Amino acid sequence: MATKLKEVDVVIVGLGWTGGILAKELAEAGMKVVALERGAARSSENDYSLPNIRDELRYVVRHDLMQNTARDTLTVRNNPTQEALPMRRLGSFLPGEVVGGSGVHWSGHTWRWTDMEFKVRSMYEERYGKKFIPDDMTIQDWGITYAELEPYYEKFEYTAAVSGKAGNINGKIQPGGNPFEAPRAKDYALPPLTPILASEMFSNAARNAGYNPFPRPSANASQAYTNPDGTKFGACQYCGYCQRFGCEANAKGSPHLTVIPLAMKSPNFELRANSWVTKVLKDSDGKKVTGVTYTNVLNGEEFEQPANIVLLCAYAINNVHLMLLSGIGQAYDPASGNGVVGKNYCYQTGASATLFFEGKHFNPFMNAGGSNATIDDFNINWGFDRGPHNFVGAYNVGGGFNTNLPIGYRPVPSGTPQWGKAWKQATAKWYQTAMVINASGSVMANRNNYFDLDPTYRNAFGQPLMRMTFDYKANEHKMGTHAAQVINDIAKSMNPTRINQATARTEPWTVVPYQSTHNTGGTIMGTKPSDSVVNKYLQSWNCHNLFVVGANVFPHNSSYNPTGPVGALAYWTADAIKNKYVKNPGPLVQA
Amino acid sequence: MTKPESPRHESVCRDSLCKDPSHTESATPEFDRRNFLKGAVVGGAAAVSGTALTPESAQAQQPAAASAPQPAGYEFLNLDEAAFIEALVDHMVPADDLTPKGTDVGINIYIDRALAGGWGKGDRLYMQGPWKKGAPSQGYQLPLTPAQLYRAGIEATNVHCRKTYGKTFDRLDEAQREEVLVGLQSAKINFDSGLPVRVFWGALYQTVIEGMFSDPIYGGNRNKAGWQLIGFPGVIAVHRDHVEQYRGKPFPNKPVSISDMS
Ligand SMILES: Cc1cc2nc3c(=O)[nH]c(=O)nc-3n(C[C@H](O)[C@H](O)[C@H](O)COP(=O)(O)OP(=O)(O)OC[C@H]3O[C@@H](n4cnc5c(N)ncnc54)[C@H](O)[C@@H]3O)c2cc1C
Ligand code: SF4
Repeated sequence: MATKLKEVDVVIVGLGWTGGILAKELAEAGMKVVALERGAARSSENDYSLPNIRDELRYVVRHDLMQNTARDTLTVRNNPTQEALPMRRLGSFLPGEVVGGSGVHWSGHTWRWTDMEFKVRSMYEERYGKKFIPDDMTIQDWGITYAELEPYYEKFEYTAAVSGKAGNINGKIQPGGNPFEAPRAKDYALPPLTPILASEMFSNAARNAGYNPFPRPSANASQAYTNPDGTKFGACQYCGYCQRFGCEANAKGSPHLTVIPLAMKSPNFELRANSWVTKVLKDSDGKKVTGVTYTNVLNGEEFEQPANIVLLCAYAINNVHLMLLSGIGQAYDPASGNGVVGKNYCYQTGASATLFFEGKHFNPFMNAGGSNATIDDFNINWGFDRGPHNFVGAYNVGGGFNTNLPIGYRPVPSGTPQWGKAWKQATAKWYQTAMVINASGSVMANRNNYFDLDPTYRNAFGQPLMRMTFDYKANEHKMGTHAAQVINDIAKSMNPTRINQATARTEPWTVVPYQSTHNTGGTIMGTKPSDSVVNKYLQSWNCHNLFVVGANVFPHNSSYNPTGPVGALAYWTADAIKNKYVKNPGPLVQA
Repeated sequence: MTKPESPRHESVCRDSLCKDPSHTESATPEFDRRNFLKGAVVGGAAAVSGTALTPESAQAQQPAAASAPQPAGYEFLNLDEAAFIEALVDHMVPADDLTPKGTDVGINIYIDRALAGGWGKGDRLYMQGPWKKGAPSQGYQLPLTPAQLYRAGIEATNVHCRKTYGKTFDRLDEAQREEVLVGLQSAKINFDSGLPVRVFWGALYQTVIEGMFSDPIYGGNRNKAGWQLIGFPGVIAVHRDHVEQYRGKPFPNKPVSISDMS
């Protein structure tokens, strides 16, 4: 029997980026907040420190900061007719499992998603007609606008020490920035990172080809910085161990450095680490939630934590799993198209080329998470006509480095033997001379890409695993072909000694190797309960005191990394709760 | 680029335990360590009676190995498996002017320790059935821990080698070893036991790479030979000033490891 605890105002499930932001904002507003985090607490001083944090085997290969798949994982398959099997160890994506979540080990690339995403269906229909969007492409407008989110983007960028170069301040195009970005009220918190050779070479080639390169905005503090909350950042050391590592220099915008310590300062806040939430509880008529159940993973003891408001902040995938396990809302059925919980799971696609320049020294171990130059000419540029290429969506192209460590990164020209003297010679010869150009592409929602509960496999708590059904469709293949061509053209113009060409991805999605932790959808936002799980305030249509926060609310995936809008939406939701919901608890949007 | 310290077997190999094919012409199979140790177990009173070999007596029984690195001993690998892994890593990473051979880089020790430790025992691996073959896109689906996979894979490879060449992998000549590795890599070899060859090869290859390039604290990458090969600086803390200073220029090849900084 679960021990029933004293009721609190707010219970937060998961203490990463979104949980951290909401914990701080609501505790400071005077609400009694408890955060339940399945992972343990770690600290910069003790854990993310020299020399032990510089360990590729431990953190990259063995996933020390990430979800333990022995305890909970997903089953996966490419289409509804296949039998799903468990992802027995992590591969394609790497959700975090410590206080701070994936915000500890992310790279920091921070983007503002624009109305090209938020109004995706209406913009494409208006320009290309309804028929341009395939029948099985279940994209929809999000019900929110860039203008509404703009101040919250800024808040997140300034909290996380995002370094970059503005391209559009209040409608005025800024040289050197991204000319396609939506207007921002202010420049970035910090100037861009110092470019590295690979990003400079890419920028020059892209400029010569008529494109508009700019430094990638990233939460790697380009100089020492104090954020508006008073958090002190060190300057980024270009340490080369960014992605999948905690930052030794306190230079990476991370929740365990910023918002979580501030929440901890408040007497209204309590963190319970090692606490695995198994279910959200509903009241008898299902109109409200009453709290959650959780297990102390150190001793197996079960608790019920009653709360006035429940916030799911457990990362995109886990939020959807908890919604399905708790039976809140109708589960999505791809055959009929009915139901919404689990609908529109999306991922990202990409293409990349490796360029070898005999005699050059790229020093691929010397970079920040965001040491990258990017072009958005085929991305948020609505001037790029998709009509002739017949695809919906977009991709960005970048050149540079991010965490290229030697177990995983030893580029050699294709055809090189995999072992023996010739392999060693090639490895030694080319390591310093290679750089990579890669594209990251959007994935549009599809009727047959979704989550539900697996009928066979269970987690350590005896609950069904979540089942992921996903594959790339013709739309993504067409976009990949276009992207590979653009990459190869830029690469060729740089006259490399050798090149491993980019190719469009055509094989099915696989659970190995790592691709990105940019999983989206499953509890999507929208304007009405029939096509969405939450409204624009991330509030459940079913239970008005439940908010589901994270990239799980995105109705489709863009080419950009997700945490810009994830962080902005967390601040936006915090404001809605503080300023609207607590004054008048009930639906913030009438269904 | 600075070269690693002089490899141990530059011209004349004085290590009679050496498995490098290029050094074994004179070493008949009877004199290899596995036979020596097997003999020791059968005939050796010490092992049978349970009296542990003291370091000195163990030393005394070692054939002349004075100049060789201390054989570190194995935690997981049995004698056949050790012979297989030693032969494998010396074949994949032969000695030349770039690095010493695989066993001198400690790749065999890395693999042994990895298999003996949490990872080898299936730490973090979801190990609940039912077990199905699945599609390649669904990833690893065997009911085996990495250690069990290795054990079954080495056994199956040796079965193949005995059938094809009349001897185990470690006793093949260089060309035959190459043929076996190409067969494993391309999955042209099929294991009679039903073990999927691609899965075994994937694990084998990945761990050889790990043993060459992970921090020396794990037993491989001895003297940072793997890092020196490519000029990777290791546990360096700060590059803030280097970004401009070394943009496009070679960075000093003096790698630092965790133990150097501890
Ligand atoms: C290697 C890597 C690189 C990345 N790089 C970038 C990047 O450059 N740019 C970008 O925009 N994004 C990046 N991301 C993604 C980014 O980290 C996430 O978008 C972001 O952290 C999401 O915030 P969140 O609050 O939704 O989830 P998280 O920050 O992951 O926090 C979720 C927390 O919930 C906890 N939790 C889960 N289930 C339960 C449960 N049942 N009970 C209790 N607690 C639970 C988890 O342990 C975790 O601590 C990267 C991710 C990874 C893994
Ligand atoms: S690259 Fe910069 S921000 Fe990233 S971990 Fe290293 S010092 Fe921190």
